[in-house]
Amino acid sequence: MEQPEQNVAAQTETTTELPKPAALQDMQPSDVPVSGPTVFETKNVSIYYGSFRAVTDVSLAIHENEITAFIGPSGCGKTTVLRTLNRMNDLVPGARVEGEVHYRGASLYASGVSPISVRRRIGMVFQKPNPFPKSIYDNVAYGPRINGIRNKAKLDEIVEKSLHQAALWDEVKNRLNKSGLGLSGGQAQRLCIARTLAVEPDVVLMDEPCSALDPIATGRIEDLMRDIRSQYTIVIVTHNMQQATRVSDRTAFYSVLRDEKSDTRTGVLVEYGRTAQIFEDPQDSRTQAYVTGRMG
Amino acid sequence: MKADPAGTAGSAPLSQRRPLGDRGFQILALASGLLVLVILVLIAVSTSQQAASWFSSEGLKIFTNNWDTANNHFGALSFIFGTALTALIAILIAVPVSVGIALLLTEVVSYRWSRPIVYVVDLLAVIPSVVWGLWGILVFAPWVQHIYASIASGVNGVPVLGALFGPPTSGASFFTCGIILAFMITPIVTSLSREVIATVPQIDKEGAYALGATRWEMITGAVWPHSQGGVVGAVLLGLGRAMGETIAAALVIGSAANVITTHLFVPGYNMPAVIANQFGEASGTFRSALMGLGVLLFIFTIIINVLARGIVERSARRKRGA
Amino acid sequence: MTAMVAPGQAPDLREPKGWRRSKNRIMTTLMVVAFVLTIIPLGFVLFTVIAKGASIISWQFLTGSPIPPNVLPAGIGGLWPAVLGTLLITGLATLMAVPLGVLGAIYLNEYGGKGWLAALIGFMSDVMTGVPSIVMGLFIFSIWVLHFGYSGLAGAFALGCLMLPVVIRSSYEMLRLVPDPLREASYALGATKSRVTVTVVLPAAIGGIVSGALLAIARAAGETAPLLFTILTVTTANPNVFSGPNTSLPSQIFSNATQPYVGAQDRGWGAALTLIVICFILMIAARVVTARFTRYSR
Repeated sequence: MEQPEQNVAAQTETTTELPKPAALQDMQPSDVPVSGPTVFETKNVSIYYGSFRAVTDVSLAIHENEITAFIGPSGCGKTTVLRTLNRMNDLVPGARVEGEVHYRGASLYASGVSPISVRRRIGMVFQKPNPFPKSIYDNVAYGPRINGIRNKAKLDEIVEKSLHQAALWDEVKNRLNKSGLGLSGGQAQRLCIARTLAVEPDVVLMDEPCSALDPIATGRIEDLMRDIRSQYTIVIVTHNMQQATRVSDRTAFYSVLRDEKSDTRTGVLVEYGRTAQIFEDPQDSRTQAYVTGRMG
Repeated sequence: MKADPAGTAGSAPLSQRRPLGDRGFQILALASGLLVLVILVLIAVSTSQQAASWFSSEGLKIFTNNWDTANNHFGALSFIFGTALTALIAILIAVPVSVGIALLLTEVVSYRWSRPIVYVVDLLAVIPSVVWGLWGILVFAPWVQHIYASIASGVNGVPVLGALFGPPTSGASFFTCGIILAFMITPIVTSLSREVIATVPQIDKEGAYALGATRWEMITGAVWPHSQGGVVGAVLLGLGRAMGETIAAALVIGSAANVITTHLFVPGYNMPAVIANQFGEASGTFRSALMGLGVLLFIFTIIINVLARGIVERSARRKRGA
Repeated sequence: MTAMVAPGQAPDLREPKGWRRSKNRIMTTLMVVAFVLTIIPLGFVLFTVIAKGASIISWQFLTGSPIPPNVLPAGIGGLWPAVLGTLLITGLATLMAVPLGVLGAIYLNEYGGKGWLAALIGFMSDVMTGVPSIVMGLFIFSIWVLHFGYSGLAGAFALGCLMLPVVIRSSYEMLRLVPDPLREASYALGATKSRVTVTVVLPAAIGGIVSGALLAIARAAGETAPLLFTILTVTTANPNVFSGPNTSLPSQIFSNATQPYVGAQDRGWGAALTLIVICFILMIAARVVTARFTRYSR
């Protein structure tokens, strides 16, 4: 599935709102694998809540089987952009998306597109672990069940496989009937990941999945991400720059644009590229200020 | 407990003790609070006293189906049966409707539309019981009698349905009473269910949606497990209210004693209704018997309410801790 | 259930086929039906009461006295005894229940704290809201009427017992919402607890307390069962609420509802309309007070 000729053009996606010209070449260290096909492509996406413009003019491409990190200070819209990728912003009254969001060639916001179908393919793990007040088994089986799988043997198989993938099987295999609420923070988050993987999505979106967890639990989830990368495409929002450098292949840095006249803050994509380049050789001064810790 | 700088620690160097008025106010407030407990105890004691002659003269025969005031028989089983039956009918009708409205308000409609819906439900609650009864007996019962008659002739002879809905039929009956009670308890069950359902964390709902669930699937997956305890409590409270509702029942239940049957469309009686209708002419053991029914009613509703409040408290506490 | 897209082909993002969408639609429709099922009886009742009662209502009807025998048609006599009775008895009940209820709520919130007694009182107060109104009537009958006879006062006691736990609960909720910094500022100026409560906390919560009281009054005004054995039901006005039997709008409606005479039934509808109007006015007043005068709300 690798088409290197096409990708040389695709990987130069970078935008900035500053008057400086934008086009930038990605550096491509020889040990980084060649990029796969584009899973998401956004063109000039702006997101509004009512008349308030939360994010403006985001254009980027997410590649298959890569981990892409969204970083930036609070309020810069990275979670808003993430939630646009699986139509979770539909749940907010008054939310509106302008521009184009394409998932593997299909427009996500075209009429006739069902958010239910979208979300089955593009899963999400939340900041605070949110297991259902059901048994561990029923938590993981919930997704397959609503998709019509009733056969007990098949469900058992899916539950076990998903819990293995989430590195939780050994810890819970003897208490699948116990409530999902009785798990520690790290375990609960892995349960949520298992639940997401159980529907065999294409993409896994993660909204600061480790921010409520201790460092050991965080480490296990980061290991998990690396393990499953070959089967899924992952986009992760994180406040933790070290985490971005540890796990991600590409990084998108967002910042806040303040409009003095109306005193509003709008999120904007400042720079996007391979993680190594963003952190070692940022092209935009705002990126440099953030990653060297002078702001945010 | 709130920080109480004016408290009774007694360490204030500028005065020996709290001013008299302040202490007096506290005592007054405490007394008012205690009034609740005092009243409850007095109710139990005074009514039991009045009912004593019934209990002593009938003994366990109060649980027989033999209410014959002319001959001094006061077996009240049919009234207990009627209370249970009408309350059950009311719950079976009101609970799906109330939970449905509560879900509609919390999950389906936007805020703008929720306010008129809540207004309508509140209006339902404001209608006094006696107006329900008046309308029930003068308008609703005659109208619904025709419907009963058609249903009854339709299912006559059919095994289970015939026993429940077969003839004879009457406008004023157990079933009519159950329907009117359902109208009356819907507001309270709705508002309590709604309170419970609204406490489900948004993040749980998002978790379900993020897995590609439809709204109904989200409700069964994320909302219901959280709220089932509280909704059970709300249902019990509705049950208690249905059991104790007097005037509407007195007017539409048909006022027929000693009726224990499977037929829902026949006239019958229940505890509060017989007390209301017959107390005026009662004396001696008869009056004592009616008092006794009041005691039974008191006990039943206290038990149900304690259970209900306990369940609601427990599920609220579990949620806060979880 | 594979989500892997065949290379080169755009994914199918339309509605999943089958019963899922239909099930969702059916359930949503059922919820709407549930709501419609409540509008129908509400509309039916209001329509009937207004249609049948409006033609009866007149100044004469509301102020005429005494209440005529059931056989007579509606134009003769009036319902003044019942109107007066409702006003007096409900008013007296309010005067007793509201201050006591507010004081009880003050105990629970300001003094009781997390102690076992306050928890017990709070719990039993909620349980008491579920005691059937007829039991309250039987209670007052046993403890008062048997010794002192029927009177409006006895009726007021019974209604007061009904109102008390309701007022306690709603006042308690309002007092709880008053923020602590308000109390602390007053303490810091050297005020005693009773002074703080009466001069700072109560005024801050007064909107909600009044609103809750209005709703309790609306409920009490419509109650019949507690009055059955406490005031009897007479047909002449009795302005002396402390002695002698009395009557009220709900009592009259109840006794008229079972009469076969058209006149009595007409009077019943007229009284029902009057009663509903009173309850509605109280409910609307409660909402207005909540909207305009409540400083702290959830």
